[in-house]
Amino acid sequence: MMFAPAPYLLKDASVSLVMTQVCLALIPGIAAYAWLVGPAILVQLVIASVTAIAAEAAMLKLRGKPLAMFLSDGSAIVTAWLIALTFPPLAPWWLVVTGTLFAIVIAKHLYGGLGQNPFNPAMVAFAACIVSFPALMSQWPSVGLQMPFLDQLNVILGLAPRVDALSGATPLDAMKTALKLAEGQVDIAHLLANQDIYGNFAGRGWEWVAIGYLLGGLWLWQRKLITWHAPLAFIGGMVLISGALWLYQPASFANPLFHLLSGGTLLGAFFIITDPVSGCTTPRGKLIFGFCAGLLAYIIRVFGGFPDGVAFAVLLMNLSAPLIDQLTQPRIFGMKGKQS
Amino acid sequence: MLAKLFKFYGGVKPPSNKTLSNQQPIRPAPLPSRLVVPLHQHIGGTPRPLVQAGDPVLKGQKIGEADGWISAAVHAPTSGTVVEVAMHVRPHVSGLESLCVVIEPDGKDEWITHGPADRAAMSPADICQFLQEHGIVGLGGAGFPTHGKLKATPGVPMAELIINAAECEPYITCDDLLMRERADDVVRGIAVFRDMLQPTQVIIGVEDNKPEAIAAMKKAVEAQGETFAVVPVPTLYPAGGAKQLIRVLTGKEVPGAMRSTADMGVQVFNVGTAYAAWRAIGHGEPLISRIVTLTGNVRGAGNVEALIGTPMDELLKLAEPNPDTDGIIMGGPMMGFLVPNEHAPIVKTSNCLIAHSERLFPPKAPEMPCIRCGACARACPHELQPFELYWHARAKDFGKTQQYHIFDCIECGCCAYVCPSRIPLVQYFRFAKSEIWAREKEKKAADEAKQRFEFKQFREEREKAEKAEKLAKAAAAQAAKKAAEAAAASEAPATEQPAEAAADPAEAAKKAAIAAAMARAKAQREAAQPKNTDELTPEQARKMAEIEARRQQAGIVPEPADAQPATTETKPE
Repeated sequence: MMFAPAPYLLKDASVSLVMTQVCLALIPGIAAYAWLVGPAILVQLVIASVTAIAAEAAMLKLRGKPLAMFLSDGSAIVTAWLIALTFPPLAPWWLVVTGTLFAIVIAKHLYGGLGQNPFNPAMVAFAACIVSFPALMSQWPSVGLQMPFLDQLNVILGLAPRVDALSGATPLDAMKTALKLAEGQVDIAHLLANQDIYGNFAGRGWEWVAIGYLLGGLWLWQRKLITWHAPLAFIGGMVLISGALWLYQPASFANPLFHLLSGGTLLGAFFIITDPVSGCTTPRGKLIFGFCAGLLAYIIRVFGGFPDGVAFAVLLMNLSAPLIDQLTQPRIFGMKGKQS
Repeated sequence: MLAKLFKFYGGVKPPSNKTLSNQQPIRPAPLPSRLVVPLHQHIGGTPRPLVQAGDPVLKGQKIGEADGWISAAVHAPTSGTVVEVAMHVRPHVSGLESLCVVIEPDGKDEWITHGPADRAAMSPADICQFLQEHGIVGLGGAGFPTHGKLKATPGVPMAELIINAAECEPYITCDDLLMRERADDVVRGIAVFRDMLQPTQVIIGVEDNKPEAIAAMKKAVEAQGETFAVVPVPTLYPAGGAKQLIRVLTGKEVPGAMRSTADMGVQVFNVGTAYAAWRAIGHGEPLISRIVTLTGNVRGAGNVEALIGTPMDELLKLAEPNPDTDGIIMGGPMMGFLVPNEHAPIVKTSNCLIAHSERLFPPKAPEMPCIRCGACARACPHELQPFELYWHARAKDFGKTQQYHIFDCIECGCCAYVCPSRIPLVQYFRFAKSEIWAREKEKKAADEAKQRFEFKQFREEREKAEKAEKLAKAAAAQAAKKAAEAAAASEAPATEQPAEAAADPAEAAKKAAIAAAMARAKAQREAAQPKNTDELTPEQARKMAEIEARRQQAGIVPEPADAQPATTETKPE
């Protein structure tokens, strides 16, 4: 007689289904991205995915874990895609490979693999690379760059020289530099109106990539794969601090919309701080986690030395997540309004 | 009518699969070739057998006497002959055996004389006793003896009497069919409970996927001029959990630690229990049959009225199971279990038998690591954090599991149902709970042993002191004697005789002290250790009686323990 415990009915759910849906939700953002910079981003996605799968397989083998079961869970692909989407699209191939290896080998498997990593692997990769290769990690394609696919491929593969004209700063970085160089002589409204790098709301074109992530994120929320708490709190934190400073000094601080649609804000809000493994799990914990990550991301991107602050903000909050969870355990059924 | 329904947190919506079995009327199940009636079918004390092998029994004859207040009588489901009173496998996940009365039916199905209770002449206590004597227990789940719930908590006014007709588990339709076909008797049974509890309000909660049952109940309530509210509740598993239903209907949340919902002015009965109570009160019929849903991997799913004690495999055959059937689930697919032995009988709480096959219930995918997605926490109707519980249960950190309220878990299975990592969460929680229970038992035993040991040490110290004192006295006496003897130096050499005589009383005192200590130790052992004579089979009981008789004849044990001579009686300090 077989032994199997109840429940015998199970919902059609699996880790790979969860990961597949996360990947699907990234598609609108990726589509906008490809439209903006060309197929280079797709190349990076492939490079990162192949590296991630290979690293995952090697680590599983070393750790004596079943290969098929874990390779098919799709978690490595999600990590790989997030790395490809946060690294510069024309970054040399080895940079993406290094980042991905770092994420899968060190941030994920050395901590125990799926479900055990205290830090978001993609953000660990970003942080490690921006600290180690700050110049390469800050070179983004110039505005309106129209480059044939083959040329992009050659740049990525290192077969063509990395011409200065190809690269610029991100819109966030550009603004920070411009403000610093002008030493208060320039106001933001002027920059936004006159520089080609800016579009209607934020970086030209990038704003639409951000909107793509937003759409994907809303779909995840609608599918109940993520809850509203962390993304809304993250956006709230970002809007609150950027709004306050913008109201205080609109000439030197960009408006909240600019910050929402710039850099990794919306990708972070829906795809990174919602990572259940390294984030908070209780509803109140998610609110605190998201809000603080939003504040920190703003502070780091505006006052810090790095082009964006989302990665460091997330890592700092990852550190605090277990404690926050412990302090925000919800009241259980029948214990509301009482000390538990 | 109720103005407002409340919501409970979480819950899941598994496919209900109820239409499989609720399309046909209830059929009577034919008499089985043999009935195996377990004496222990409910929470509480095990009823004592009243019959022996060879005894003829009539349908409805009492064969098991309730043991204590939280217990209920057991009756012969049909007329026939008792084949044996012996240990047989019981319908439990453990597959363990328990004492059963095996009856071979004579085919006549001959009733004992029975008739309705004279309620006008009966006090509430009489009615409770009547229900207990007629073996009425809760038919919804745990089988708590019904009479034990028919009293309000002193000082708490009974606000709501809730009849649980939600039947939220997939596949099960026995309550649905009962209400469709026998609503009148159900309503009469509810009226009995109402008269006993005097609640402000009577609410019958039915999941809204049973419109026919709701209509039938409304009609019956109206026809009998009652004011019971028949309330459709949203279909959401586990809406039929007592605490969830209370929440939905009244907004009250009963804490996990609260022993009785009556402490919050609510009492809940299953709809089948109300029916059984009326069959007893209104017709004098004890609880000897129940409606069982036969469904799953079968061709002829439906509901049957089956005698308690019918072997499951025999009963399921009525529904023509498909050849690939490889097991029987007793209960629903969410909280039931695959019976370890398919010959096990159905009992008062067996509401459903599901023919199991891998086609219907595909084997679970291998367990993956938890990704902390929190789906379980969003599904848990008790608002627990199952993934945290899982983590601590896995690490055998049971203190932490208690901190995360493991004993508030009702094992409804919602968490395991939604888990993308296919972790059998409920199993982990059952494991943790049983470990905690075992440890608490161990701890209690250890504490008692420690107390015994400490007392023994104290006693030994005391005896040593007493002995030393006596020896010192004797030595002093002897020294005095020797001195006297030395004084009479010219006389004959001193004999040891007087000294020995002097030592004799000391020796006697020592012996008495030892005897007293042994008696004390024995008394303590008996008080501390549970006797292993609690669940005896009749043979064992007979054998023990014989041995006892022989021993008494041989003079080994002059009298039973409580009549021991007063000399061995010891007084505590």
